[in-house]
Amino acid sequence: MGKRRKPKLAVWKFASCDGCQLSLLNCVDELPALAERVEIAHFLEASSAVMKGPYDLSLVEGSITTPRDLERILQVRRVSKFLVTIGACATAGGIQALRNFKDVKEFVSIVYARPDYIETLETSTPIADHVPVDFELHGCPIDKRQLLEVIGAFLIGRRPNVPSHSVCIECKLKGTVCVMVAHGTPCLGPVTHAGCGAICPSYHRGCYGCFGPKETPNTASLSREWSRLGASEQEILNVFRGVNANAEAFRKESDLHARRND
Amino acid sequence: MHDGTIKVKGLARVEGEGGLYLKIKGGTVVDLRLEIFEPPRFFEALLRGRSFSEAPDITARICGICPVAYQMSAVHAMEDAFGIEVDGPLRALRRLIYCGEWIASHSLHVVMLHAPDFLGYPDGFKMAKDHPGIVERGWQLKEAGNEIIALLGGRAIHPINVRVGGFYKVPTKRELAPLVERLKWAREAALELVRWTAALPYPEFEQDYEFVSLRHPFEYPFNEGRLVSNRGLTISVRDYENQFVEEQVPHSHAMHSRLIGRGAYLVGPMARYSLNFDRLSPLAQDAARTAGLSPVCRNPFRSIVVRSVEILHACDEALRIIADYEMPEQPAVPVRPRAGMGQGCTEAPRGMLYHRYRLDDEGLIREAKIVPPTSQNQTMIEDDLRRFVQANIGLPKDELGLRCEQTIRNYDPCISCATHFLRLHYDRE
Repeated sequence: MGKRRKPKLAVWKFASCDGCQLSLLNCVDELPALAERVEIAHFLEASSAVMKGPYDLSLVEGSITTPRDLERILQVRRVSKFLVTIGACATAGGIQALRNFKDVKEFVSIVYARPDYIETLETSTPIADHVPVDFELHGCPIDKRQLLEVIGAFLIGRRPNVPSHSVCIECKLKGTVCVMVAHGTPCLGPVTHAGCGAICPSYHRGCYGCFGPKETPNTASLSREWSRLGASEQEILNVFRGVNANAEAFRKESDLHARRND
Repeated sequence: MHDGTIKVKGLARVEGEGGLYLKIKGGTVVDLRLEIFEPPRFFEALLRGRSFSEAPDITARICGICPVAYQMSAVHAMEDAFGIEVDGPLRALRRLIYCGEWIASHSLHVVMLHAPDFLGYPDGFKMAKDHPGIVERGWQLKEAGNEIIALLGGRAIHPINVRVGGFYKVPTKRELAPLVERLKWAREAALELVRWTAALPYPEFEQDYEFVSLRHPFEYPFNEGRLVSNRGLTISVRDYENQFVEEQVPHSHAMHSRLIGRGAYLVGPMARYSLNFDRLSPLAQDAARTAGLSPVCRNPFRSIVVRSVEILHACDEALRIIADYEMPEQPAVPVRPRAGMGQGCTEAPRGMLYHRYRLDDEGLIREAKIVPPTSQNQTMIEDDLRRFVQANIGLPKDELGLRCEQTIRNYDPCISCATHFLRLHYDRE
């Protein structure tokens, strides 16, 4: 180590709940070691000390929903060597992307007594729609072990090792009985990206898609299975329109059911 | 500072995005605004058309720091609408998971976000260099809270196990057992934290607040009770909207709340503590007294001690709940949706959190209203700032600026929560 400069870590927030940043603060056992190896150069939720950029690694939480944030994300990209998006908001637009399916003008005027005080865009969009992103870490919230893997990987210059298989594989690895097969509980696990550790099925509940679509998901087939188990078109529509509603595979599947519902 | 402007562009060590604008002219504060530019996320609108059963999971996403509070207010509001009573061990488990959230949220604030203000550090990481034991204890306390949430809820942030009527799965008595040792340690650690925070240097500053919180016949309030104040308010949660109003202001994406005909009021740990001192566990009462904290606290800088007392109480209460726990036969009571209105109010770490839903006969949400603690406190925060600055106007600009930030952090403001809560009018669909 000696005179070598410590890499600078920055954490940025856009439209979000703060939960993914909090995942970093939940790495109680690892944070002291991390703080030894990196300079926590910009992390407003935790520190008022702000160091100037450029930053070696920027973690970006939240989606783009305001004109001001459209500008700000360009600035963040300019000062970041690597930019990693963390969580469903930053990677897919988050729960607030449900506005993308509505007529926003009417929506806003219904909600606000004084819409003129509010500046907002018609859509909530992921960071990668606006700037190049070096890696996307999924989850609502992200998993802290995966976050540590990603930070570690970028700091030593390799690709993060984050599996892209489905939640089903995680259930099998854990030995959790399949809730869909054994109990007839509709579950989004077969089309959902792994990462949470298959929590819901181990609590006797179907997965509801916090980690977004896995690679090559067969959503149409899963929807048919949900119908067979008694789920209504409305329920199928709603489950795809959750925290990852704007992720492409989920959006396409939900649009199909929305048309059938009409 | 006689004339000039203080601008804080990005408030640090708070949850969410906010700033401060302060203008002094001729030795007087002429303009002061807590600016909230956290982007609105329209939760009340996007809940429309969703099932009652989705409300706990959707509203949890309002705040990554206090998701349990949103889940609790949501399930209570739905159960109110459907005429369901959740009692016995299921009710106790709800209190237990809430204990976890209070412990985790308060510990983060007390040690990592607020204490650095008193000792002159920019953050907990730097503070750890000189006070490693204090910071490590804070992290471990927070972790103890997280462990309760993770065990009962599946994970520490946005837990998945809470549902209308109870839980998806309840733990066996044996599964709760590993928490006991951890919580016994945490209770001791919290006791030390009360002593340590009580010895921090406080500015002399008191305000004559109207405190508002829940009050329960025999418990320190988490999920239930009447809404009371130190100036004679005592109402049922059902009457909330007859007594409180919210107003939109141009410089903020959050609503400002006030009591009709009376004005600004304070919610959160100081209000809860001052209105419910007699409901704290004997250990927490003793610790507060020994630390020199009177049963009513009006100095917002001492809220750091009050939070520590609440951590202690939550550890004590969690241990009591685990000791008395017997696993219920069913993880949830049966739920039959019906058309109607339901209200729920619970005590989030930052204060009372009100939800109201109008539902149709299939249990679909037609209208939602959510009032989080930080938007209720916003007027009071600005009031504190104005008085504090006026009383300390002789301080140099930089120091005054820092003190202003500390004054804001006294509230542990959650700006992510406070934003996007703008009144939703009737659904036109």
